[in-house]
Amino acid sequence: MTKREWNLSWNRRTKVALLAGIATLYLVGIFIWGLCLDPALYGVNYSEKLIAPCTEHWFGTDFMGRDMFYRCIKGLSNSLIVGVLAAGVSSILALVLGITAAIFGGWIDKFVNVCVDLCMGLPHLVLLILISFMLGKGTRGVTIAVALTHWPGLTRIVRAEVMQVRSAQYVQAAYKMGKTKVQVAVTHIMPHVLPSYLIGLILLFPHAIMHEASITFLGFGLPKEMPAIGVILSEAMNHIAMGKWWLALFPGMMLLIAVLLFDVIGEQLKKLWNPTSGNE
Amino acid sequence: MQLKAENVCFRYNEKTPWILKDVSLTIEEGERVAIVGPSGYGKSTLARLLAGYKRPSSGSILLDEKHLPMQGYNPVQMIYQHPELAVNPRWKMGQILNEAWHPDRELLIEMGIEESWMTRWPQELSGGELQRFCIARALGPETKYLICDEITTMLDVITQAQIWNLLLDVSKKRKLGLLVITHNIALANKVCTRVIDLPKINRIDRIK
Amino acid sequence: MKESQCILSVEDLVVAFNMYEKGFKKKDLEVIHKLSLEVNRGEIIAVVGSSGSGKSLLAHAVLNLLPKNAKVSGNISYKGKTLDAKVCDKILGREIAFIPQSVDYLDPLMKVEKQVRGIFSTKERVHQFFNRYGLGEDTGQKYPFQLSGGMARRVLISSAVIQNPELIIADEPTPGLNIEMAMETLNHFRELADAGTAVLMITHDIDLALQVADRIAVFYAGTIVESAPTADFLAGKEALRHPYSKAFIEALPQNEFKPLAGTQPYAGNLPTGCLFADRCAHRSENCIKDVAMRTVRGGDVRCTHAT
Repeated sequence: MTKREWNLSWNRRTKVALLAGIATLYLVGIFIWGLCLDPALYGVNYSEKLIAPCTEHWFGTDFMGRDMFYRCIKGLSNSLIVGVLAAGVSSILALVLGITAAIFGGWIDKFVNVCVDLCMGLPHLVLLILISFMLGKGTRGVTIAVALTHWPGLTRIVRAEVMQVRSAQYVQAAYKMGKTKVQVAVTHIMPHVLPSYLIGLILLFPHAIMHEASITFLGFGLPKEMPAIGVILSEAMNHIAMGKWWLALFPGMMLLIAVLLFDVIGEQLKKLWNPTSGNE
Repeated sequence: MQLKAENVCFRYNEKTPWILKDVSLTIEEGERVAIVGPSGYGKSTLARLLAGYKRPSSGSILLDEKHLPMQGYNPVQMIYQHPELAVNPRWKMGQILNEAWHPDRELLIEMGIEESWMTRWPQELSGGELQRFCIARALGPETKYLICDEITTMLDVITQAQIWNLLLDVSKKRKLGLLVITHNIALANKVCTRVIDLPKINRIDRIK
Repeated sequence: MKESQCILSVEDLVVAFNMYEKGFKKKDLEVIHKLSLEVNRGEIIAVVGSSGSGKSLLAHAVLNLLPKNAKVSGNISYKGKTLDAKVCDKILGREIAFIPQSVDYLDPLMKVEKQVRGIFSTKERVHQFFNRYGLGEDTGQKYPFQLSGGMARRVLISSAVIQNPELIIADEPTPGLNIEMAMETLNHFRELADAGTAVLMITHDIDLALQVADRIAVFYAGTIVESAPTADFLAGKEALRHPYSKAFIEALPQNEFKPLAGTQPYAGNLPTGCLFADRCAHRSENCIKDVAMRTVRGGDVRCTHAT
């Protein structure tokens, strides 16, 4: 293989795509593994309480003798479900609000903007806790709370993108060629907004997962019996002072890695979709 | 058929100065009229008003004694100075060409549009080639007037001559009215039957 | 003697961009091909060609301003010395002045006077030049966004000429200026040229070039096909050498307004040999081979048939 061919197959775009691919594979892998995991693997076993990490229990066991490795996988998988659900709902909310605000303008635009400012003005965590608490906590409460608080940023992005394309000459010309607002929205505006929307959606995941974990940690989220990173970490708090470092370290690392990987995927896709990336 | 501007005035809002004041002009069916004048005298604004992209602050734009339709196909179509901005960069040329109507083969040959361009992206074509697509796209059966806003300013003179000779043919064949906005007096004299000096009919006070 | 006259000489300049084609494939897109050009002391030379054909890249290549993915080969020399990045850094802004195409080249966060003054000039000189270009006393204290397009362009021009440079490279210096201001700018170029400055003006406006330039170079598909005294262009197509420049002059609205079939070849899809061959009436087998620049009747031309 000549050097030139090698260069061709390892240019920046391939690297970027590979990175995004590996990150996606890891996250999807954990998600599916967690779904199919046998509950017995992270079941209670009082004869093996608080064992430090060893070959049999990679991440050690907790005060009820549950294997921390499988519990982490299951917990992360659960967190991912909540995160994906919430981010999905949030992003659809953002897409609809952003597009309507930009297309119709006037008082609708003002109303959406006020809502965005209102949501962004309140401390995020307080809002999350309020909504979750109001809805009776639990999985439902957390999911809805996370979904309802993550749309403002993306709404702004979508609105700005639509505003930009709305005044483009080719859109104006399309109206004069007899196209209706709906036709223009579907054929011109949606395809223009889609890339930034998808990237925004992916970058929402880590936020959603982090916030889910934090309110669960604070006790306003997922129920105690459910394996979730937030629950695991808050339980670990009670044992950290006793030198049981593995209870917090490994789950924390898992969460951090998952969040960072989502960020990697989003950033890499941004590079790929950026129209000027053809010149790099 | 006539395209008429009657006492058209325009400004963006109450606080900004007038861009156009009491401008009146008439273009007969199949007539080719040039509007010349230095930049800053509202040539492009007038073009956009006549093509229905903006509404005049007062006065009216009439086609056949009726207001321009705000919805549906506009018989007054506009061609822009920068063809690369007038086409969707995410569409292939074939889709762009057929957005409003399906130009027949004959017209495409006449316009010098090659079949192989249809599957290309806009950024793969030159300005002159893109401009042909924009013109063909605007020549739907209902089109009665074409407003050409500096459409060849960014092109080299050979492409400029190609495009104008094409437009002259089409205009004569279909009795299409042309309104040519340009700063190039020689071009205006060559293409048009009547040349209007915009500063003369635009009654604004120029302040430096 | 001729050596010392030549301020800027460009020889066989090739500029290519390494770009992503579709998906993950990269390819080189050659936008300037074997371009040769000389700019002499006291001379205004206008490079004329259509927008988007890569004329600006010529200026950017000379000034070392091309983006990272550009590959440049060929010789660029300034007063006989190779103009590389190091030399460029030293003399750009002092001996060589650049007037960019877009007014976006002004620093939006710096007051205009400071930008024009630069490191080497004085306040008084700035005011003198602002006066000359009809910019009010208070202009210096404004930020670029407070200027109109025409004013910003005049600011750009003043900042370029204030150093009394030996070489001015102007990329489309006049759009946005009214006629008097454009003429004033061109007259100033003329004055500087008469005092010994070399001016390389890149423009798509042939009328402008005809008015002010001493020599006109015709740019086609990434190369210069003919460079000849302006008088030849004014005299009409018989005085010119290259079939493209003949067609060019013929196509002017004030002349025959006669179009020529075909289009400029697209970069990355160029024929070998003469770039104009497929539109040329005199095409022959020799045109498929490499065509070198040669001198015919006092002008340089890249055509095997020119007489």
